[in-house]
Amino acid sequence: MTAKALIKDFEAIVGKDNVLTSEADLASYSYDAAVLPNAMPGLVVRPTTSEQLGKTVKLCNDNAIPMTVRGSGTNLSGGTIPSTGGIVVLTTALNRILEINEEDLYAVVEPGVITSKFAAEVAKRGLFYPPDPGSQTVSTLGGNVAENAGGLRGLKYGVTKDYVMGMTFFDVNGELVKSGGKTVKCVTGYNFTGLMVGAEGTLGVYDTITLKLVPPPAAAKAMMAVFDTVMDACRTVAAIIAAKIVPATLELMDNFTIRTVENFRKAGLPTEAQALLLIEVDGHPAMVEEDAAKVEEICKKNKAASVRVAKDANERNAVWQARRDALPALAKVKPTTVLEDATVPRSKIPDMMAALDDIAKKYNLTIGTFGHAGDGNLHPTILTDKRNTEEWHRVEAAIDEIFDRALALGGTLSGEHGIGMAKAKYMKQECGIAAIEYSKRMKSVLDPKGILNPGKLIVG
Amino acid sequence: MADPKKLVEMLKTLEDQLVTCMRCGMCQAQCPVFAQSGREGDVTRGKIALLTGLAEEMIKDPDGVNNKLNRCLLCGTCEANCPSGVKVTDIFLRARAVMAAYTGMSAAQKLIFQKLLTNPGLFNTLLDIGSKFQGIFTKPVDDILGTSCARFNAPIIGDRHFKTLAAKPLHADVPSLDTPAGVSKLRVAFFPGCVVDKIYPSVGHAVLKVLKHHGVGVYMPKGQACCGIPAISNGDVASFQEMVKKNIELFRKGDFDYLITPCATCTSTIKKIWPTYYEDKSDQVALAKIVEKVKDVSAFLVDVLKVSPTDIPGTKTVTYHDPCHLRNSLGVTAQPRTLLQATPGVKFVEMTDAASCCGSGGSFNLKFYELSQEIGRKKAQHVIDSQAETVATSCPACMMQITDMLSKAGASRKVRHVVELYADAL
Ligand SMILES: Cc1cc2nc3c(=O)[nH]c(=O)nc-3n(C[C@H](O)[C@H](O)[C@H](O)COP(=O)(O)OP(=O)(O)OC[C@H]3O[C@@H](n4cnc5c(N)ncnc54)[C@H](O)[C@@H]3O)c2cc1C
Ligand code: SF4
Ligand code: SF4
Repeated sequence: MTAKALIKDFEAIVGKDNVLTSEADLASYSYDAAVLPNAMPGLVVRPTTSEQLGKTVKLCNDNAIPMTVRGSGTNLSGGTIPSTGGIVVLTTALNRILEINEEDLYAVVEPGVITSKFAAEVAKRGLFYPPDPGSQTVSTLGGNVAENAGGLRGLKYGVTKDYVMGMTFFDVNGELVKSGGKTVKCVTGYNFTGLMVGAEGTLGVYDTITLKLVPPPAAAKAMMAVFDTVMDACRTVAAIIAAKIVPATLELMDNFTIRTVENFRKAGLPTEAQALLLIEVDGHPAMVEEDAAKVEEICKKNKAASVRVAKDANERNAVWQARRDALPALAKVKPTTVLEDATVPRSKIPDMMAALDDIAKKYNLTIGTFGHAGDGNLHPTILTDKRNTEEWHRVEAAIDEIFDRALALGGTLSGEHGIGMAKAKYMKQECGIAAIEYSKRMKSVLDPKGILNPGKLIVG
Repeated sequence: MADPKKLVEMLKTLEDQLVTCMRCGMCQAQCPVFAQSGREGDVTRGKIALLTGLAEEMIKDPDGVNNKLNRCLLCGTCEANCPSGVKVTDIFLRARAVMAAYTGMSAAQKLIFQKLLTNPGLFNTLLDIGSKFQGIFTKPVDDILGTSCARFNAPIIGDRHFKTLAAKPLHADVPSLDTPAGVSKLRVAFFPGCVVDKIYPSVGHAVLKVLKHHGVGVYMPKGQACCGIPAISNGDVASFQEMVKKNIELFRKGDFDYLITPCATCTSTIKKIWPTYYEDKSDQVALAKIVEKVKDVSAFLVDVLKVSPTDIPGTKTVTYHDPCHLRNSLGVTAQPRTLLQATPGVKFVEMTDAASCCGSGGSFNLKFYELSQEIGRKKAQHVIDSQAETVATSCPACMMQITDMLSKAGASRKVRHVVELYADAL
């Protein structure tokens, strides 16, 4: 229970309607999209202006109460599971697009703007905001920045961090700090923006974010290549890159995923295929034609059983429908879906795919793998039922081993889903003790009372 | 029965379904209630988490959970788009039944579901009285009709701009019908549904005119009961059984090829809810026959009678609102549009977000009038922005809500059922 006086203080800042205290309301902010135990917050507040947001942060700090900022709660690593009794600060009412500048190609947004709504607004002005996480219809830009979200277009267009030009954020005392700017070049002071991206709400609270926009590609072409072995598909990926072609999207689906998607949609996918590559090249129309032809040739040279190039918008849509169906189809197989995102250098994908096969066999688990082959970011998806304790133990052991193998291949724990609570314990293994100590020292100065999303990112 | 242990036990029966939600949160893009409030407790994921919390005894306050559970239009949009295939409607209806058994129903609810809607004769008499005295006879009618199917209390409460109860309900003009198949060689059973019968008899007349025009015989038995959705969505499973039973008794006697309704909600209730929730095993054969034959009127006209678009360009602009219960639960979206395009004189224009919920949701509108209004206002604005003179739809409950919202917005747009427009042009 949160003290009455404190509730009154929050109410004075954000208004009575924006302080939630009922058990049902609190319980509905006790989880996010991660498969982790719930934790009940003591209070939920929903600031509606920047000023209210700043005062909220200050009040939490003054009272030394842990606070967790929450956008849409779709992160997969427990980044928004609050401390028990802590405060959840919602950004969903801070959802204004403040500026879209067509001359200087940037936009300024509040953190609660929904990603796809923003992308649509930008598209209306004939511009392009490329980061497209699978959750874009619901995720917030603040959440994207705090997790450094990626998406299907990462290979050519990069990820969220490549689009954050600057921001204003509240430090733990509720002071507004300005960092970066609206110019392509900006070297004034430390690069706080770089530090804040991917910080998962542990160092400060974004107030406004300045995002880079680019001109959209004039044309695009999609294709689907079918392979008898994963190895051939992986070799193709390497060959495409070696030919100095950078597709906008280069996605891989394994046999289990292909079969599951086909079972779900009945779109005529080749269920015998060991791997599918879904490829899209974009850019200037003439270049797109040329690249598409080259990619097709490379696929064939690398033993693709067949290559289907989409002839029109419908066919292109069918290619991407197959990819969009991957998670929904897998998720329907079993009650619990554990979506991982271990990432390895591109050239190590065949080894990682083989490792995942071993792990599935060793722990007797069902794992479907799809992902961004172009950038080495795979999504091994473990299908299980967390109520089956014995199996759940095997799942946990398998996750540990997935990380071990990814790290051994020179990879990373998380390509895009963040560390949160789920992976904090593996951090040492990847970054080493010095990095953890450095983080802790920094944190102890920037957040001396440790109220900013405690328990996430750095532990121990 | 206010025994918390029992509640937990009953909720546990839902566990296998609750656990299929992977908490991805993608339903936040779909839910009209969440779009309005921005509160997690209002979105599907939140409601499911709350039910799970209650079942696992992590949450102690069932009333709080019940309140959230009721803040739902049962529009099915989340279910139609859920990546994990969670059976949302089924979970919510069952949970409401559990909750009703736990908290008990209010006296007014009991009166409506157990006495009125299961007893068509009494219900009709009462409404006849209501329609004559509406305006004078406020309070008691309000209480009695308050929580029923499609807000029959409408004209009575203060600032609502509802369509009033019809002076003469359909059943008063056409108590029953039993006509042979004509040129089409088909015979259909006709289930107008409560709202058409009592508030929009013109829609019922339009259906009958169209059927006659196409040479379709009609079996319309006297004394049809409510389809049961108001009862089951308020957790009253027993009354639901009675209502369905009455209807099965009536329709099993007829000989027909299809069962036609002009009400999206009735169609989807008969098709999806009856087979899942009707318990009497001895009626299963008759039930299966009805369920297999039920069809929305425009789907019947387009898919069976092959009514197709005319080439003659029309001038009367008409837009179309997709009722959730046709779109989400039955996937019927093309046929009503085709019917409009087949109507001489009509120029069909699409509105933005034709598929978004109008905010009616049966008794949701009564329990959460403000919220329902906010959702409805958006719909009205889309209608207005489409510049169409008329908005057509396929559900009388949507017609009431849209009429209310448009008239509040001071917009003079006509609200018609697609079949009325088609009938007008015959
Ligand atoms: C079905 C599905 C598909 C997904 N696909 C992808 C994908 O393709 N690529 C990808 O990268 N991720 C993906 N994700 C993960 C997730 O959607 C992203 O991490 C997303 O960026 C989270 O956004 P959110 O608004 O839900 O943030 P939340 O989950 O609410 O928060 C995430 C983090 O951001 C912090 N935060 C939020 N706002 C602020 C602020 N104003 N200031 C400081 N910190 C803040 C929170 O404290 C938290 O640590 C997917 C998730 C799901 C469920
Ligand atoms: S979209 Fe479906 S699985 Fe995802 S949170 Fe909502 S109900 Fe659960
Ligand atoms: S049925 Fe409709 S109102 Fe209810 S939770 Fe789903 S989307 Fe929201």
